Amino acid sequence: MKHHFKMPAFASAIVLATALASAPVHAAGGGIEIERQDWSFSGPLGLFDRAQLQRGFQVYKEVCSGCHSINRVRFRNLVEKGGPEFPEEAVKELAAGWDYQIDAGPNDDGELVDDDGEFFTRSPLLSDAIPGPYKNDKQAQAAQNGALPPDLSLITKARNTDYTGPVWFHPIHMLKDIVTAYQEGGADYLYALLTGYSSQAPAYKRDNKGKLLPVKEDDVGSDTVERCATVTHEHDEGKKDVCTPMQEGMNYNAAFAGHQIAMAGPLSDEGVDYKEDASGKPVAPLTTDQYSRDVTAFLAWAADPSHDQRKRMGWLVMLYLLITTVLLYYAKKSIWKRLKKH
Amino acid sequence: MAHHESTYNPQGRWAKWWDERLPVARLMNTQFVEFPTPRNLNYLWTFGGILTFCLVAQLATGIVLAMHYQPSGAEAFDSVDTIRRDVNYGWLISKLHAVGASMFFVAVYIHLFRGLYYGSYKAPREILWILGVFILLAMMATAFMGYALPWGQMSFWAVTVITNLFSSLDSIIPGLGTSIVEWLWGGYAVTGKTLTRFYSLHYLLPFVLTGLVVLHIWALHVVGQSNPTGLEIKTKADAVPMYPYAVSKDAFALFAFLLLFMWFVFFAPDYLGHADNYKPADALVTPSHIVPEWYFLPFYAILRAIPEKLLGVLAMFGSIAVLLFVPWLDRCRTVRSARYRPVYKWFFWLLVFTCMALGYLGAKPAEGVYVFWARIFTAYYFIHFLLVLPILGLIETTKKPPASIAESVLGDVASADPSKAS
Amino acid sequence: MTTHNDDNADPVRRDFMVLAGSTFAGVGAAASLWPFIDQMNPDAGAQALASIEVDLEPIQEGQAVTILWRGKPVFIRHRKAEEIKAALDVQLSDLIDDKARNDDLPPEDPATDLNRVKKGQEKWLVLIGICTHFGCIPKGQRLGDSKGEFDGWFCPCHGSHYDTSGRIRKGPAPRNMEVPPYKFVSDSKIKIG
Repeated sequence: MKHHFKMPAFASAIVLATALASAPVHAAGGGIEIERQDWSFSGPLGLFDRAQLQRGFQVYKEVCSGCHSINRVRFRNLVEKGGPEFPEEAVKELAAGWDYQIDAGPNDDGELVDDDGEFFTRSPLLSDAIPGPYKNDKQAQAAQNGALPPDLSLITKARNTDYTGPVWFHPIHMLKDIVTAYQEGGADYLYALLTGYSSQAPAYKRDNKGKLLPVKEDDVGSDTVERCATVTHEHDEGKKDVCTPMQEGMNYNAAFAGHQIAMAGPLSDEGVDYKEDASGKPVAPLTTDQYSRDVTAFLAWAADPSHDQRKRMGWLVMLYLLITTVLLYYAKKSIWKRLKKH
Repeated sequence: MAHHESTYNPQGRWAKWWDERLPVARLMNTQFVEFPTPRNLNYLWTFGGILTFCLVAQLATGIVLAMHYQPSGAEAFDSVDTIRRDVNYGWLISKLHAVGASMFFVAVYIHLFRGLYYGSYKAPREILWILGVFILLAMMATAFMGYALPWGQMSFWAVTVITNLFSSLDSIIPGLGTSIVEWLWGGYAVTGKTLTRFYSLHYLLPFVLTGLVVLHIWALHVVGQSNPTGLEIKTKADAVPMYPYAVSKDAFALFAFLLLFMWFVFFAPDYLGHADNYKPADALVTPSHIVPEWYFLPFYAILRAIPEKLLGVLAMFGSIAVLLFVPWLDRCRTVRSARYRPVYKWFFWLLVFTCMALGYLGAKPAEGVYVFWARIFTAYYFIHFLLVLPILGLIETTKKPPASIAESVLGDVASADPSKAS
Repeated sequence: MTTHNDDNADPVRRDFMVLAGSTFAGVGAAASLWPFIDQMNPDAGAQALASIEVDLEPIQEGQAVTILWRGKPVFIRHRKAEEIKAALDVQLSDLIDDKARNDDLPPEDPATDLNRVKKGQEKWLVLIGICTHFGCIPKGQRLGDSKGEFDGWFCPCHGSHYDTSGRIRKGPAPRNMEVPPYKFVSDSKIKIG
């Protein structure tokens, strides 16, 4: 019986093998470490906070929608359960007064444009996608100095964070993310991006060997420093580190790959007026940090509108599976017991 | 089909009438109720049943998704998004299918390594094993084509990179590889035309897969199941009827497996996928870091470990093809199971470790130290099959297995304490 | 040496755990069928178009428009006074189908013209423009179309004639054209569905 092969032994051996597998490999680094945030929708128990989604939509509407579309979201989604759940009448009005119109197509005479050469348009309805500011990518690029503001409907799913820790810990980290159901990489990244702006790139000073050393902003004073978006360290003796300065028209962002982003910091304190509660105070702080959290939560919902329904159903399914698995285990035991009576 | 004698006795006129014309009930009774299964099977043997479930689940969810999916370059991405947003339970069914593909591979890899550990491929189970390798190949082709269908950035570039593998044939006959690749694409690059034919094949291949599975199960029922001792069933005491014994064990194992499956579906649906596949396919921009789905990573690492293009492709396909010859590469004829092979056991775990390491390296950029280790592990992968298996089989001193399956479970029957038997 | 015992002669014997386990597994399997069935129902996109609003302002007296509602043509006719009068003058006994066929009214209500329109808005006739025979679209919407013997609609497929209230008067169709559920949201706007 000592040879009897046990499943847990097999499983733990696989885990061990995975952990060991990574041990001899040295970290290559390169990824930017993104801090994880505590979201209302984090983990297996987290759900969206309606009030936050409503505030987040306000931030999207007043700030982001100037350049970015969310054209996979429809006005009716703003009413539906699991989302911001605005009242239907309010969203109808919102759609009717939306800044951007929808192409109405040809009129009864087959004409596409009116006497002024403008395309026929109409106001969006509840059933329509939320129209963005630009008719097409070319128009967007023409208006944005060649940069294309991405559609934000799926942005929190289309972004993720990189693992930046030691290689030997990576497999354990992966297991931990599975067990804790970490799915908020895109949201964490977006929040880091929105709050990651600085007015200028970090300061560095060269030592006599040509190596670049970071200098704290407070210590810069009147010293001559180099401002580098990124620094490439040379390990060979005698070679100088390479400083990549900021390009004209780009903005420094700590979270963005390469740290140079075309989009200027979109949010500023008190830039959006949240409605006031009974005591006359805004329902949430009027800060860049709060705006970033709220709009990120809203976009996380926009990318995953069935999120709350999915988790609620998931709890029931897991409970059902747990009970049934236990029952089937004892059923199996009682059946196999019949073999061993004598 | 099996050596097992049928004791099916139809009750009533209706049952008798059927039995004389189409003895389905007799077949089911013989093969899936009374069928003798070794009484010492451990939980690793439940993965056959789990895999059957996975296949059926993929077929069911896939057929449903095909009702809503639009296989054209212009509409594919949007239709998948619409399935998630608007189709009733579309978010659930699409994730059952995507996560289900991963779970299918989890189960098939455990099943495969179980076979390697216990020598399940040895005579008379060579055909059974080879059918299994073909099932794995069909699964890989199906999964690869399925991954193309959402038509996101990873879909598009995975298709581009993998179909380009064939262009390596240009180094044998100039132009041959390019012709094959353009034939696969239906154009001079991957386009919506490629997507549409992949969709057709993704729907076709599961039927091939199902056919292979039927043959696999047939072959299994001819030779009977292997078991942890590697001994054959000799007496009635060695076996238990499939129903209810093996069935109850399989049912419990399936639900335990579903706990893992559903955890991913409901709480970590995107964990096994890649963020870049939520960006629509763009023929002008390659994502900065292309990785295949996790279940292809070890093979991808082998591909990249070898600096010469054609050799890399050959090594990658060779790493699967070598499995076909395992029944003959393993020269150990005294015992089947690694339980009685003290040295082989260690090499087995080294192989498991190697595959895991290759999987990890496959997800890393192909540079510096990662390439070095990928080469080391690729070398061991082939050494294991081409050198260790044949040589070790000849020189290893094996341990003596018990006299029978029953003895392995109950010990020496006369002196055993039945309450401790398990 | 065998360890099979008497119980083995009846391996399907049920005890509580086996019964409970199989019941749970069975109920779960049955419940999991629902998503696979429900996915074929109209999706959220289709449901969002289940009701539409139509502006009646541009439709002149004597004109008719056809709009698409839930994938079906809906006829809206701005009836002339003589057309309304013709519809009111018809006796119920002259009708092939004497039921109102109005989705907003009980099924047994009679097919008077008043039961086919909204009170106070008698000039507007709203119908699902599908012949009740085999589902063709009757003629009579466009100028120059044949409107049939009763000046309403004429179905060219098998020759059914409808009157100015959309009621079947002659031909093989068994029922009056259906009046969809709708209401006036303002004097010149209706919401169908």
